[in-house]
Amino acid sequence: MRKLSTHRRHPLAGLLLLAVGLLLTGGLYSAVAPEPAKAEASSVSQIEAGRQLFLVGCASCHGLNAEGITTVGKDGKAGNYGPSLIGVGAAAVGFQMETGRMPMAQTAPQALRKDVEYTQEEIDQIATYVASLAPGPARPSAEDVDWTKVGKKGISEGGEFFRTNCTACHNSVGAGGALPSGRFAPSLKGVAPAHIYEAMVTGPQQMPVFSDELMTPEEKLNVIAYIKTVQQQGNDGGIGGGGLGPVVDGLFVWFIGIGVLTGFAVWIGMHGTRTKKR
Amino acid sequence: MSNEVETTNSPVGDPIKDPGLGEHQYRPQDVDANQERRTERQIATMFGVATLLLIGFCVAYFSIGSDVRVFAFGDPADGDAFGGWSAQNFFLGLTLGTALLLIGIGIIQWAKKLMGDHEIVELRHPAKSSDDDRSAVLEDISAGVNESGIARRPLIRNSLLGAVAALGLPAIVMLRDLGPLPYGHTNTVWKKGMRVVNDVSGTPIKPGDLSVGELVNAEPAIFFEEDEEGHPVIHGTALMQAKAKAAVIVVRMRPEDITAAKGRENWGVDGILCFSKICTHVGCPISLWEQQTHHLLCPCHQSTFDLANNGTVIFGPAYRPLPQLPLAVDSEGFLIAVSDFPDIVTPSYPELARDQKKLNEKFGGDA
Repeated sequence: MRKLSTHRRHPLAGLLLLAVGLLLTGGLYSAVAPEPAKAEASSVSQIEAGRQLFLVGCASCHGLNAEGITTVGKDGKAGNYGPSLIGVGAAAVGFQMETGRMPMAQTAPQALRKDVEYTQEEIDQIATYVASLAPGPARPSAEDVDWTKVGKKGISEGGEFFRTNCTACHNSVGAGGALPSGRFAPSLKGVAPAHIYEAMVTGPQQMPVFSDELMTPEEKLNVIAYIKTVQQQGNDGGIGGGGLGPVVDGLFVWFIGIGVLTGFAVWIGMHGTRTKKR
Repeated sequence: MSNEVETTNSPVGDPIKDPGLGEHQYRPQDVDANQERRTERQIATMFGVATLLLIGFCVAYFSIGSDVRVFAFGDPADGDAFGGWSAQNFFLGLTLGTALLLIGIGIIQWAKKLMGDHEIVELRHPAKSSDDDRSAVLEDISAGVNESGIARRPLIRNSLLGAVAALGLPAIVMLRDLGPLPYGHTNTVWKKGMRVVNDVSGTPIKPGDLSVGELVNAEPAIFFEEDEEGHPVIHGTALMQAKAKAAVIVVRMRPEDITAAKGRENWGVDGILCFSKICTHVGCPISLWEQQTHHLLCPCHQSTFDLANNGTVIFGPAYRPLPQLPLAVDSEGFLIAVSDFPDIVTPSYPELARDQKKLNEKFGGDA
């Protein structure tokens, strides 16, 4: 220390201090600052690759520039052949393609979950392309949907949100439910946490949007934790019947329960074996 | 046992001759001693197995821990797991149920295969009592009437009848006290300037937070407000009652999709509309919202409301459109109610039209 203080008035000391200060600032900045430029550079080729894939697989319905294809409906209102994808974000692409809903196999009341047609790399490229069209919801990070870190309080809070916002269509344990005109709210059993998250932020098909402003990412994570926890609970009562509620249970009792009892009644009232011998 | 049937009690001139019973047919067990012993062993085996199962029940009860599972295939995290039932419940049910079934089947087998099965004819007795019994009862009754003097003393008789009839009054009064009368409750806790907040979290809503197709299950801000001492302003039963009428849903559509009725043009904010969550049929909470068709479905009886067209009923048993809450934005940019619901929020009831008329006058007076 003493040596340092004796040299503090050396002509080069100011220069040295300046150099140290600059190095420190630059180092700190590069450590803390985001790196948009680097990501941008590597994603340009991704966007172009995604665009090529889009033109082959998606443009026939969604338009060459993802602007959507509109038709005239029966009632004279604008119909929708394929909706515009401008502003739907990478989250919508991730949800629709990773669950196999897109590309659709045929026009139907509802796009169904099926085997995934594209590789993960291709889906990522299309997602990058669609996200580059206009700002939209991004895909959640693994951290965002790591529901295992949610505590009991969070799970119970997620349950409250789920019962308030989701059970009307998806049933109180996420078993799904019916909608009019051949549509249905799908079961949430076995759906990846990231896809549940993406469905909430993008509102696929008839599902409403639950944006991050009104249901924070933390609240969304709690909802996912609730769904996953409630579906992992063992069933102490035996056959659950899909958790679809009293209608299913009633049908079971009506046909199988009463049917078996009727069988016993018939057997009791039946004439047993007889013989001619005496 | 003879196959002859006595016909003395049948009506005279019976047009169809009583065919009587056919010849008795024997069971294998009746004529073959080996068969009989075999059946006997069968039935005894069933009862024996039932005893073993019941002992097994006790063993299962004490030996299987409540956290042991059976038939758990697959990983529950994948959601495709099958079974995973509580082993204790499974074995308790299996042993007790099978034991009861075996006891039941054994008894029926016993009755059907081994017990005597000869047909027996028992003729029905006349339902009427003997004349002696009838006259004795009538004598007793008239003696009782005479001794009590109920016929001779009309004052006592009539006053007793009056007192018994008056017993119904307390019942009526108490029944009336079970709850409020079902009519005349035209208001909810919504009022001018009250913020529309997110249900569960209680956060106020800015119009910009809603994207097109968004659904918010919302409540009036007063449910989340606290007084100076930190207690909720409304709580307990009062909160539940208020919630049952004031719950709303806020949805955002493209403004060009909305056909607002005359006088309702300013009830929304940039395509954001607010409707009651209480179905006008029998009052179920509705939030089954199809964002592309703008239809709101009631899960109870499938009433469907078109929220893009002022909440009109397009399907189902509901008769009245869904009440709409006029929205505005306060100085801080949050969604607020302009007034209470101009239409009554409730399941339908007989006096509703009269109450709605009064409410219309009130709203007409304000404007």
